[in-house]
Amino acid sequence: MNSVPSSAQQPSSKSQEARFVAASARKSEDDVHRKRLLKIISNYDSVVVAQKENQFIDWQAARTLGSRIKEHTLTNLPALLEQFEANAIKNGVNVLWAKDTAEAQQHVLDIVKRHSVKKAVKSKSMISEEILMNEFLEHQGVEVCESDLGELIQQLAGEKPYHIVTPAMHKSKEEIGELFKRTLGCEMTDNAEELTGIARDHLRGAYTTADLGISGANFLLADDGSILILENEGNARLSTACPKVHLSVAGIEKVLPSIKDLELFIPLLATSGTGQQFTAYNSIIRGPKRAGEADGPDTMYLILLDNGRTTIYSKPEVRASLSCIRCGACLNACPVYKTVGGHSYNTPYSGPIGAVITPHLKGMKEWGHLSYASSLCGACTDVCPVKIPLHHMLLTNRQEASRTNPSLFWSTALKGWAFVMKGRNRLSIGSKAAVVGSRLLSLLAPSFAKRFPQPAPRTFAQMWATGSTDRDAHGETKRGKDGK
Amino acid sequence: MPKVHLFIPCLIDQLYPEMGVALVKILRHFDFDVQYDEKVTCCGQPAFNAGQTREARTVARGTISTLCSSAISPDTPIVCPSGSCTAMVRNFYPELFAGEPEERDALSLGSRVFELSEFLARYGILDKLRGEYRKRVAFHNSCHSARELGLRDDFQALFKNIEGLELINPSKEPVCCGFGGLFCQKFEGISKGMAKTRLEQCEQSGAEVIVSNDPGCIMHLRVQAAQLGIVTPISHTTELLVAAMGL
Repeated sequence: MNSVPSSAQQPSSKSQEARFVAASARKSEDDVHRKRLLKIISNYDSVVVAQKENQFIDWQAARTLGSRIKEHTLTNLPALLEQFEANAIKNGVNVLWAKDTAEAQQHVLDIVKRHSVKKAVKSKSMISEEILMNEFLEHQGVEVCESDLGELIQQLAGEKPYHIVTPAMHKSKEEIGELFKRTLGCEMTDNAEELTGIARDHLRGAYTTADLGISGANFLLADDGSILILENEGNARLSTACPKVHLSVAGIEKVLPSIKDLELFIPLLATSGTGQQFTAYNSIIRGPKRAGEADGPDTMYLILLDNGRTTIYSKPEVRASLSCIRCGACLNACPVYKTVGGHSYNTPYSGPIGAVITPHLKGMKEWGHLSYASSLCGACTDVCPVKIPLHHMLLTNRQEASRTNPSLFWSTALKGWAFVMKGRNRLSIGSKAAVVGSRLLSLLAPSFAKRFPQPAPRTFAQMWATGSTDRDAHGETKRGKDGK
Repeated sequence: MPKVHLFIPCLIDQLYPEMGVALVKILRHFDFDVQYDEKVTCCGQPAFNAGQTREARTVARGTISTLCSSAISPDTPIVCPSGSCTAMVRNFYPELFAGEPEERDALSLGSRVFELSEFLARYGILDKLRGEYRKRVAFHNSCHSARELGLRDDFQALFKNIEGLELINPSKEPVCCGFGGLFCQKFEGISKGMAKTRLEQCEQSGAEVIVSNDPGCIMHLRVQAAQLGIVTPISHTTELLVAAMGL
């Protein structure tokens, strides 16, 4: 194979952590960005809250059922994958397995060569970001066109998706109008309908001229051997049906036992993803065109990708993260995501789920910082439609990171802290030192000192010992009123 | 007089003893015999949240051995003016001490430690709690109190008999202040942005005072508010109650 992109990120001399700290701090200071994200997500919130009530008699029971089905699926994952593969082969699908990005890219290369692919059209797929599908194909001289509106916007802007469900959420209509004018040569407009029309015209040509249609898969149905694609624009349907060859890439965790499970999982995903009752287009793809059928590809491939998923599978405390249906609800609930946005993470999966799985998929040493970049507020766990205990998993990730790659600074600091906190005698000395230290700091660097709270002149323990905690209930101690 | 034992969080001990003093006043007002042992220094959460279980255990062990010692009757409830520290003991000690010699004590301690509003409700104090506080109060429920302990509407009940108090919930769902323990040091920029969002929500709600049940949130919000030039006072539940009850 030629030298091909093998890491999902831009090459950088900086460590991923240093990069994240700098990028996230920059975004956090950007009030325009922060307020835009808050506004967009608050619209999402109101629609989703209403939809949960409209659609489900008992949302919590639906979540529980979803998590149980996923738990059952994971317990039986090897057998279900084999069942799926056998049924998919019966349906005429060429099933390919890939252990990592390099193997997946090799499969893609084989397909490109076998079918002399010059142009590909792709529907939205986050897993294709994992294996750098676009970069790889372009490197092989294949032109790729994203067909999801948000993904097309991102592609034209030369950016990665900002969010796993709404990839261009951070862009205003005006910005998109400017982008289309610049890249597609149309007239400037900030009318959403007109912008969609422009994208539609641009895409029609792509569907009819592409030799290869690429998609992901939302679910793999073991009992049916079919793949599911949920979407709202009809672009996935066109991308997978028009070109002669269809290539789908799916993570091995995407399997569901039965087509019957869709009655729960389609509404779960539609509600949590976008606050819809049902996604507009729900395609169950059962292989290529059959004899006598007019539409569909002649050949269909499915790459089943591991890429670190079996690492997660082998760790009981984070295994349930493979239940994720990629609805994006945890991103929208996350106060960190809402502050730093999607690109700061520098990884296809951002937000809480990204912070949980990325260190396992790509290495704790380089990516463990994402598990620390959370206040552990638990909003993600609250909204997850399959009840993944995301914020508790961030904690177990931190335990693994502190065992395997401890930060010298923080682990030493906490060892010192534990030494002081172990007993009151040591702490009393520490408290006195803190009072002196804080006074010195205020004198020497008053503006820096403002970043920290002042230690109290006397601790509660000292006050209690000297009886100044108002022992008689009606004593004279007036400190504490109005919080001053 | 019924006995109650204090669990004073490290931040209150070291930075805001007035919140502890206020707690003592409230409890004594309702005729509790208030006990305290200074050997309890901290719940151990800073190290636990950093993934350093060994250091967390070192500190938590001291808390367990003191609060589960024979000096304190196992019937004596323990009251803590922090949702976060209460959650640490109740929800995370069992995990932290699984398979350790202290496991039994860790489990029993969790059933005896109560966040202040839980305690007042459980011991029938809410109906006796009377006071006056003529202000619009934005209540910042801490994430641990809301999501780990499940305290959601409990604060409406806590303030229901305080005349003039207009309780405002600045957001439908609890929103993090950005503290997160060491998180606010390690990722200072993000933490600032989060505090800004939360403080803006409180400001926009028209609150005259921001009140929280967690000294961690209060510390972070006060430091950030000072830097942003936000002057709305930020107080602890205990301080509001003391002011309202005229103690």
